[in-house]
Amino acid sequence: MRRLATDTLITAERNLTRLPRQPDLFTAFTIQPIMFVLLFVYVFGGAIVTPGYDNYKDFLIPGIIVQNIAFGGFITAMGLAEDLNKGLIDRFRSLPMSRAALLAGRTLSDVVTNVTSMTILVITGLIIGFSFDAGVGDIVTGVLLLILFGYAFSWVFAFLGMLVSTPEAANSLGFMLVFPLTFISSAFVPVDSMPEALQVFAEVNPFTVIVDEMRELWVGSPGGSLWQSVAWSVAITAVFAPLAVWRYRKNAER
Amino acid sequence: MARTVTAMHSIEKPAGSEPAIQVTGLVKTYGHVRAVDGVSFQVTPGTVFGLLGPNGAGKTTTVRVLTTLQSPDAGDIRVAGVDAVADAAQLRERIGLAGQYAAVDDMLTGEENLVMVGRLYGMSRKQAKARAGELLTRFELTEAAGRVVKKYSGGMRRRLDLAAALVARPPVLFLDEPTTGLDPRSRLDLWEMIEELTGEGTTVLLTTQYLDEADRLADDIAVIDHGKVIASGTPAELKQRVGGERLEVKLEDPAQAPQAIEALAPLSDERAVAEEDGVTVAVARRNGTIVTAVQRLGAAGVGVDDIGLRTPTMDDVFLSLTGKVAEHEQAQQTNDEEVAA
Ligand SMILES: Nc1ncnc2c1ncn2[C@@H]1O[C@H](COP(=O)(O)OP(=O)(O)O)[C@@H](O)[C@H]1O
Ligand SMILES: [Mg+2]
Repeated sequence: MRRLATDTLITAERNLTRLPRQPDLFTAFTIQPIMFVLLFVYVFGGAIVTPGYDNYKDFLIPGIIVQNIAFGGFITAMGLAEDLNKGLIDRFRSLPMSRAALLAGRTLSDVVTNVTSMTILVITGLIIGFSFDAGVGDIVTGVLLLILFGYAFSWVFAFLGMLVSTPEAANSLGFMLVFPLTFISSAFVPVDSMPEALQVFAEVNPFTVIVDEMRELWVGSPGGSLWQSVAWSVAITAVFAPLAVWRYRKNAER
Repeated sequence: MARTVTAMHSIEKPAGSEPAIQVTGLVKTYGHVRAVDGVSFQVTPGTVFGLLGPNGAGKTTTVRVLTTLQSPDAGDIRVAGVDAVADAAQLRERIGLAGQYAAVDDMLTGEENLVMVGRLYGMSRKQAKARAGELLTRFELTEAAGRVVKKYSGGMRRRLDLAAALVARPPVLFLDEPTTGLDPRSRLDLWEMIEELTGEGTTVLLTTQYLDEADRLADDIAVIDHGKVIASGTPAELKQRVGGERLEVKLEDPAQAPQAIEALAPLSDERAVAEEDGVTVAVARRNGTIVTAVQRLGAAGVGVDDIGLRTPTMDDVFLSLTGKVAEHEQAQQTNDEEVAA
């Protein structure tokens, strides 16, 4: 157990050392989210009606942060695909280290990058006019929920990343599956503005559950459920972590 | 699950006369491909064992099973005194592996790579740093220590990979085609480094497609093809097995090779083999062989350009055992591609 912990930290440190040296990845979780916020606020903002909110920014920021955090796991997906692709996994597996540490280290370093881009997004939001309408306790709860939900999606991405053989394929598979999920939710537009069929889907979409809860925690609009949000996050982790471990074993053995 | 670091401070040879590596009846299949098909061999502590075979022979698969990267379908494997299946975790403490493709992190510097590996072996950050420094010096990478591996040449990557395999001073070292893809100069360098290691008592199992490499480095050789050991012994024994002398005939017209092979049939127990511009065959005796050969070839109407007897090399061993010409040049080319990829 101690070994799992130290080895996880060592591999997480490795991932974080690599990150700034990969400019494309680095911009993906720093600059890109800012661009998205600005585009949504200034291009769509005027056209999207959000009853019950002072302005579109208050509606959008919690939503776009959830979307962004869910995609944070793509760094894990690409990193794992690369390690498998280049045979680096063989080096690790020939060492007397905890084999689970490689996956755990990946998802752990995602937490660090997720918190980084979350911070960048909140600051961007505050600069362009988003304002919290909540106490410190609720804001912190929101941050913790985001971290938990992001962690769950790191396992989703870890699994997806190992279904395909190259980092590029991992990236596009992730986008293809997760992008629609985030859009057919309450993240960007009110659900009741969607066609009937999409509404049905959006209502049960875990993204809607998390986004609604984030809005309740950060801007005080009712309709969220903390326990449902936590339950979804835990359930996603409980399903995808074992799947990722299973797939990892299979791929590494080749 | 306390981490044992004892193996790092002394080169432990397995007690008594136990072999450093003992493989019995190893089988590994992929679907219907029997990649390793009943391989057995053993390696004496402190010696170099060469697993020699062409592409696809099953060398990498054997190494992967012996280093616990894959589980065998059948067979008993003991490495450094422990069972590869039952005590896989313990085994990993006692081995070093440099695989067929250099497994180092491109985005880390040379030093960061070695420090990471050291820490994953259970060293403190300080210990790992000191060990990395030693290895970087030894493998002449001190200057490049702070550069990301992405900018290394093929030879430097290989040296770093070998260094990574040595971080914990393992008593048993596995090298899968260690010089594949290297230019002649780096290849010589690496040979010397491997010889230095074995001089210090490390047991080495290396795989190679290169006969000269096995001949130079290995104390014992197992030739494998299609997953089976088809011959084994010391380099000298293998050469002897091929027969004392080889008769080489250059033909005026290489298209006449089949007739030449027929004509030479009575001179040897085995059939002659066609080569680029002639045929070659192991012959039992020296006396009178050339005269007989020339007469028989003349009678068969085969034009002879040149004819001679020669002591066998490892190339001949390979040829006579596998019926294939050793894949020297082709292999060199494929490897250049590997480096580019
Ligand atoms: N993961 C795999 N899946 C299917 N077949 C494989 C796999 N790895 C190796 N093989 C097959 O097993 C045989 C031995 O391969 P390998 O051990 O890599 O040979 P070598 O290292 O001697 O070139 C080859 O026929 C190869 O195609
Ligand atoms: Mg191989």
